[in-house]
Amino acid sequence: MTNIQVSTKINGDNCEFLCRPEETLLEVLRDRMGLTGTKEGCASGDCGACSVMLDDRLVCSCLVLGAEAQGRQVDTIEGMADGGELHPLQRNFIEHAALQCGICTPGFLIAAKALLDKNPDPTETEVRYWLAGNLCRCTGYDKIVRAVLHTAEEMRGTELG
Amino acid sequence: MNYQAPTTIEGAVSLLSEASGNTRILAGGTDIIVQLNGEHIDPDLILDIKRINEVCNISAENGGFRIGAGVSCSQLTEHQGVMDLWPGCAEAAGLIGSTQVQGRATIAGNLCNGSPAADSVPALVAAQAIVRLIGPDGIREVPVENIPTGPGQTSIAPSEILHSIFLPSTPSRSGDAYLRFIPRTEMDIAVVGVGISLTLDESDICTAARVALGAVAKTVLLVEEAGAALIGSKIDDNALDQLALTASAACNPIDDKRGTIEFRTKIAGVLAKRVALIAAQRARERVTGRIGEKS
Repeated sequence: MTNIQVSTKINGDNCEFLCRPEETLLEVLRDRMGLTGTKEGCASGDCGACSVMLDDRLVCSCLVLGAEAQGRQVDTIEGMADGGELHPLQRNFIEHAALQCGICTPGFLIAAKALLDKNPDPTETEVRYWLAGNLCRCTGYDKIVRAVLHTAEEMRGTELG
Repeated sequence: MNYQAPTTIEGAVSLLSEASGNTRILAGGTDIIVQLNGEHIDPDLILDIKRINEVCNISAENGGFRIGAGVSCSQLTEHQGVMDLWPGCAEAAGLIGSTQVQGRATIAGNLCNGSPAADSVPALVAAQAIVRLIGPDGIREVPVENIPTGPGQTSIAPSEILHSIFLPSTPSRSGDAYLRFIPRTEMDIAVVGVGISLTLDESDICTAARVALGAVAKTVLLVEEAGAALIGSKIDDNALDQLALTASAACNPIDDKRGTIEFRTKIAGVLAKRVALIAAQRARERVTGRIGEKS
């Protein structure tokens, strides 16, 4: 078994890592790159806790091999805030108490941002279907959905102003 | 285990032929990487086909579309031309797993995984889709219904790679649709799935129909009697009742935690009626001669 050398871009920074062929992108991010914001829930693509963007496409990093990241662009929760300033979604998750234990939160934030980048004015139904692959066992989802809808409204207002 | 990501289909075919031991071809990975993570498979080689440009694209061809084996379900549902020509196929792809899963999963993988409950397969069978396989002896074109041979089993040779799936052009006034029954609203596996494509003439009489059922037998079924029940009719109540009877009669399902034999058999008929009505409505709304030209 030989390690594979991978060159990729994570949160805008060029980086290189070695990984085993069967190692997932989730394992690479957490165990090799120290980017532990991305969480492991199920390791089978059911819970969405490991959501990241791969070439601007929302994916479960547990269902991507590290080797597949060669030449691609990966965006994780660590790249979401702008320096010390939280992304509006992050701020509104706090303001709406849209988290309790916090394990699912990075995945929800990444998935919600992917939705708002694509659709700045989603209906509640669209938000709920888009986030159906993100499981939360604490909040009952309602506060998360409110936070996403409020952020969408706020960001549309900012753009108009 | 080794990982290889060739950049040409010829390179992929040679790597597959030369490999000793067990090779798994990686497209979206939403089945294979789950099996790897769970240690249910232990391949010697993972052959990733997503560095081959031609299998990662949707291209217009003879009024239809060629869907590369690496094209994700999200790419498919975002493609206006496919949505206009074969909305049922695109919708079926849009029912597989979550947004995250659809960003990776492919209809080619859905087919190769060999699940009788695969959502995209009944829609593809109804659409008369043709699968292009490439092996050391060249290209083989196979109707999609001839690919699954049993749960987890396909007629694809170990030396062959699924290159693409071709969705053909349609006559004017044609439409397709796919519905499945699941006990939840999202993120579930079909208890029954039904795909239908049909064509109407100027007086609204059905001139062609294909009906395919999922999750009610060892493989997805093409039910010719059910298609025949629609042909010659105006998709009226009598034809729909006959469609439901023939669809249910073709079922040979298992009892499991997701549905009983009795339930699956009945629901196949109920869903078939609903799907036929949607497909017929789409056929009536179709603007003649424009659909296949968009890309």
